[in-house]
Amino acid sequence: MDSNEATTSESVSKKKGKTKKVKRKVKSDEAPVQEMEQAEGEETEKKSESGPCFPPTFSVSEIKNKQRRHSMFLKLKEEKRKAPPKEVPKTIENQRIYDETTVNPEDEEVAFDEGTDEFSAYFNRLTNPKVLITTSDRPRGRTVRFCEQLATVIPHAHVYYRRGLALKRVIPQCVSRGFTYLMVINEDRKVPNGLVLCHLPDGPTAHFKVSNVRLRKEMKRRGKDPTEHVPEVILNNFTTRLGHSIGRMFAALFPHDPQFVGRQVATFHNQRDFIFFRFHRYIFKNEKKVGIQELGPRFTLKLRSLQKGTFDSKFGEYEWVHKRHEMDSSRRKFHL
Amino acid sequence: MAAKSQICSVWLGSETGILKGVSLTKKQAFNFCEMSCMSRDQEVCVMAWGDPHESEVLVGSVNGTVKTFSTDKGIFTATRECGDPSQGRFTGLAVTDSSMITCVESGLLKVWKEGSTETAEVNVGNGVCRMQQNQSQRHRVATGGKENPLKVWDLERPDKPIFTAKNVAHDWLDMRVPVWVRDIGFIPDSDKIVTCTGHHQVCVYDPSTPQRRPVLEAQFGEYPLTALSLPASQGTVVVGNSHGELAILDLRKGLVCGCLKGLAGAVRGLQCHPSLPLVASCGLDRFLRVHSLEDRSLQHKVYLKSRLNCVLLSSRELESSNADVSGDVEEVKAEEEEDEVWDTMETVTEKSKKRAAQKDKATATGVDGEKKRKLIKKKVM
Repeated sequence: MDSNEATTSESVSKKKGKTKKVKRKVKSDEAPVQEMEQAEGEETEKKSESGPCFPPTFSVSEIKNKQRRHSMFLKLKEEKRKAPPKEVPKTIENQRIYDETTVNPEDEEVAFDEGTDEFSAYFNRLTNPKVLITTSDRPRGRTVRFCEQLATVIPHAHVYYRRGLALKRVIPQCVSRGFTYLMVINEDRKVPNGLVLCHLPDGPTAHFKVSNVRLRKEMKRRGKDPTEHVPEVILNNFTTRLGHSIGRMFAALFPHDPQFVGRQVATFHNQRDFIFFRFHRYIFKNEKKVGIQELGPRFTLKLRSLQKGTFDSKFGEYEWVHKRHEMDSSRRKFHL
Repeated sequence: MAAKSQICSVWLGSETGILKGVSLTKKQAFNFCEMSCMSRDQEVCVMAWGDPHESEVLVGSVNGTVKTFSTDKGIFTATRECGDPSQGRFTGLAVTDSSMITCVESGLLKVWKEGSTETAEVNVGNGVCRMQQNQSQRHRVATGGKENPLKVWDLERPDKPIFTAKNVAHDWLDMRVPVWVRDIGFIPDSDKIVTCTGHHQVCVYDPSTPQRRPVLEAQFGEYPLTALSLPASQGTVVVGNSHGELAILDLRKGLVCGCLKGLAGAVRGLQCHPSLPLVASCGLDRFLRVHSLEDRSLQHKVYLKSRLNCVLLSSRELESSNADVSGDVEEVKAEEEEDEVWDTMETVTEKSKKRAAQKDKATATGVDGEKKRKLIKKKVM
């Protein structure tokens, strides 16, 4: 009982303090507070009073006084009604560190840079794309089929057998025959794993890592084979300056005017520095609903390096090189 | 415009032809370009200081013009036609007392005299990659390029080079080692010359010795070295390669002291500050980075939207450090005054103990004080 007396005396002093402190907080806090005092120290009590949440053992039904209980209940209801809106969950894309190279659409300097770079001939409609697809030496079945399917997806694409030729010697011959792109699919252990995309007259060379290749046979619920119509191109989420360069590189693979009759679309979607390629056929059922069928191969790309000039891995100058230890140290920093 | 250019301490030339000035203390970058004539043939190839006071910047472009930019006024004051694009790009630009020296890729080195149109011409060989001037003996220049060995020319006797380097001995397969001089540096206070090659070698030549082969040869990395710079402290050299790797090499032993991290693209321009241990680098990844040479940390990083070709550091960095120095001086003075005060007092240690004790009390009250503050807040609520 001593303890009770002590607690009552303390509670009296506390009550005085409390009434001065918190006029809104109901005095019915007393009962649980007395129990808490003995168990925990001052600080935790202060914490529990300072926050909007009640101590966990408390519930409205324990208050004996009917009027106070009713007012507490109404208050609880009010707070639930005014509850803060549903919180947006944090995702890595939300928490992405702001990249200072993000392109501002109104920036004149970047517009001039893009207007006069190596792709300006394509974007000013002076050239039409013509793509040469080849592989590393002696490709095996999966890579060969992948190349054939790519050639159906990209218009004006021709597949040639590599025959162990050196790329530096292939390139001048391609230029003389009017090709605008050279695409080399590298193979490792019977599976395609790399892609070198070289823009031809004197353009940049991008080296990608290819993963997760799905051929047409392996697609579920796929439609019939793609037709010869020129597809539309969708480029998603290429925001930084480097992303812009790569996005333009992909855009210049396809001819300018898509044939909407064909209802085919090729998508390059960039998320977390991985570029996902998908090829679909769409049909509008009414103004708001679209049905899509996935045709064509699907694969994922990750940029390894972007080199200025045509393919010259030893002596060329690199515009961007992926350096794992420096660039992958943060999970929330992306470069494309 | 004048105000903007006067505070800039780093000058860069870009591929779009824009001269950029960056003030690191104020963390601002400015573009200086002539109105409405941005085009790719204005691309800046070389930059040099027009005078020892660093009040003029000479900018050489692909179309063969050399423009003079005044840092005081903030505008381009003069343009000079110094060759045509068929000769190749500018590989070097230098200024002597009354004349300007330019060198192009085809090997034509011209000395342009002020006021007159006559030029002295020297043919330094084909495929020149770099021409650099000796800062202590301004009439001496060095040139080098692809299959064009290092040659040092004295412009007063331009018919023959005063020093031609000899290639290194055949390698372990008894094959000739190819020559590709990418950048040249003159070591101050001596006759020696450092070059970096496209075959990832760094060679030091000494014309004062009879040996024409390199005195020291060091290797770094697997990619062509594109830029070189000598810091104020002797005995080291900073090199950059086409993969964006910057390294500090020791010239006594030929070993790598350390690497500077951060670059993602090829290094096009590299310059060390004349007195402070700082190095500015620019490249194809469109960033200017300033690293400290002592602890190899990144001091400043500025995004400049075009690919950058050359960088010039002014001695003006001293402004920011001057402010710091004056601050230090004040602190030192204050400390001295305090020392005097302490010396006049009798028992120094006890007072410090008392102070410590007071501090403890303060922390104790601080906790209660916080509680009191919390109480007050709640009362307010």
